[in-house]
Amino acid sequence: MNKTVNQRAWFLILPVLVLVGFSAVVPLMTVVNYSVQDTFGNNVFFPAGLEWFQINLQSDRMWDSLQRQLIFSFVILIIQIPLGILIALNMPKGGFWASICLVLMSLPLLIPWNVVGTIWQIFGRADIGLLGYALSQMGIDYNYTQDWVDAWITLVVMDVWHWTSLVALLAYAGLQSIPDAYYQAAKIDQASRWKVFRYIELPKMQGVLMIAILLRFMDSFMIYTEPFVVTGGGPGSSTNFLSIDLVNMALGQMDLGPAASYSIMYYLVILLISYVFYTIMVNLDKRDGV
Amino acid sequence: MAKITLSNLAHSYLPNPASEDDYALKELNHDWVDGEAYALLGSSGCGKSTLLNIISGLLMPSRGRILFNDEDVTDAPTAQRNIAQVFQFPVVYDTMTVRDNLAFPLRNRGADPSYVAQRVQQIAKMIGMEDVLNRKARGLTADAKQKISLGRGMVREDVNALLFDEPLTVIDPHMKWELRTQLKALHHEFGHTMIYVTHDQTEALTFADKVVVMYDGRVVQMGTPQELFERPEHTFVGYFIGSPGMNVLGATVSGATAKVAGQEVALGRVYGDLSGKIELGVRPEFVQLGTSDTGIPARVRRVEDVGRHKIVRLDMSGQNIDAIIGEGETPPSDSTFVSFAPAGINIYADDWRVQPMQESAA
Repeated sequence: MNKTVNQRAWFLILPVLVLVGFSAVVPLMTVVNYSVQDTFGNNVFFPAGLEWFQINLQSDRMWDSLQRQLIFSFVILIIQIPLGILIALNMPKGGFWASICLVLMSLPLLIPWNVVGTIWQIFGRADIGLLGYALSQMGIDYNYTQDWVDAWITLVVMDVWHWTSLVALLAYAGLQSIPDAYYQAAKIDQASRWKVFRYIELPKMQGVLMIAILLRFMDSFMIYTEPFVVTGGGPGSSTNFLSIDLVNMALGQMDLGPAASYSIMYYLVILLISYVFYTIMVNLDKRDGV
Repeated sequence: MAKITLSNLAHSYLPNPASEDDYALKELNHDWVDGEAYALLGSSGCGKSTLLNIISGLLMPSRGRILFNDEDVTDAPTAQRNIAQVFQFPVVYDTMTVRDNLAFPLRNRGADPSYVAQRVQQIAKMIGMEDVLNRKARGLTADAKQKISLGRGMVREDVNALLFDEPLTVIDPHMKWELRTQLKALHHEFGHTMIYVTHDQTEALTFADKVVVMYDGRVVQMGTPQELFERPEHTFVGYFIGSPGMNVLGATVSGATAKVAGQEVALGRVYGDLSGKIELGVRPEFVQLGTSDTGIPARVRRVEDVGRHKIVRLDMSGQNIDAIIGEGETPPSDSTFVSFAPAGINIYADDWRVQPMQESAA
């Protein structure tokens, strides 16, 4: 078949370019614009060069938030991934109870973030919350608004409650795709339960687990609504994660320049980590052969 | 190595089997003699794999017992039975090297490392994979993976039995022949009890000392290839083994003669009173064609030249019948007469072979 060359065909993708331009490029460029300018109000701006970036990089505030954020993401990954796998391994393989499990486990995933935050905010209150009240009646000194350890525990448990199902469902899908013959062969080869997991189940789940880790890392790294509703970043600044800190800076203090440079660096970090994950995943598939 | 006894064994995949039709494997009593090589032959879905999985313990039978050397193992898990089994489709441990794959069953039993190394080398040589021992198994082709599966099945020397579930399906024809020869050699060397499931009669007949033919969840005949050829106990055996299969013709039998298509046929043996659906079975190898007036008139439908011989497909007053003639012979042009060698005739009542009362002097 002969293909005719007609450069006017480029016009056909114009609508998409316009849409993407309005939805992504223009807002992003606005942020870029703010990040290199300063203003004293009245909508008068003058260039500031990379000053905001330097100030942010030199301030402890951003580094502290980044550190809290990394610790949070690390903690929830280290809990949710093994827990999700454990749940998936113990789910029924099929039939009525499998469907029940799937539905029950999907429920937390369907609840909006701010509702989850509100649920746990009330759940943990010592005066009217079931959890908080029960704990204080048992004589445990639990108060997430006063004690930073309690606040962290509350946030981690909340995230585990909200998102472990996702990991479990992905792992379950991976497990379901393993043909029976593998388990049969393992029995014939007299492999122990651990070896079945190590050499059959884990390798077969590798792909979905990488996706699960990527999704959970990104989500937890960008978490905003839930900690904002439950702790608001407190007590003190102990749960002041990157996005909460950013919003405080941009909307609380109206420091548009520093906030813009902050968000660009935030964005670049996420981009970098996504790229690393993507590269690892692609290479895992390619590792076949020699 | 062990003698395997199946006693009143039956299996149904339904929770509450009511009639006999619900059973994938009908009641079965059978001894697998220690050290013999068996082929389990039958069409797809006749219960071959079910039987194999029951022996290896992957499946719990609905009824009956399994004994290894007279010791009841019905409730013993697969690992305890110490059986090797190779499946139809390759199963390899992707993340392991070929070497680790082969060594896996031995290491699981806590074998001595130096023995493992030596044994793996030996098996690798047998399946022709010595040069890829250090490669990861995941990147290999399907037939290489299946060779690993076979190797893993053969690596243990002390197994009670070796079970093969159509293991050569994904292997290309040349390698098939090669591996089958290796399996036979292995059998001669170690004398394992081997059960080889297949639906390929050539595979079954070349591999085994004894062929077990299954049909519709039942063992219909067990015997040497010779017996299966000459004296099929069931019309299915006659039809399934042989190429083309045995001719089965509606007949009436009295004494030493049968009436087929209105013509008398001498049987060479005397039969008693028969009831039910009576049929005469004769293999194409025992059908003779002649132009003289003796025999049953028939019309040639077509002739197939398969190389070593020719197959003549005939129509005998509405019944189809096949005959085999030598490569050098000229097939009759249109109409001919068919006669049967008495030695090759078997009589069936309701699909089962009838034992003649006595050999008559014919």
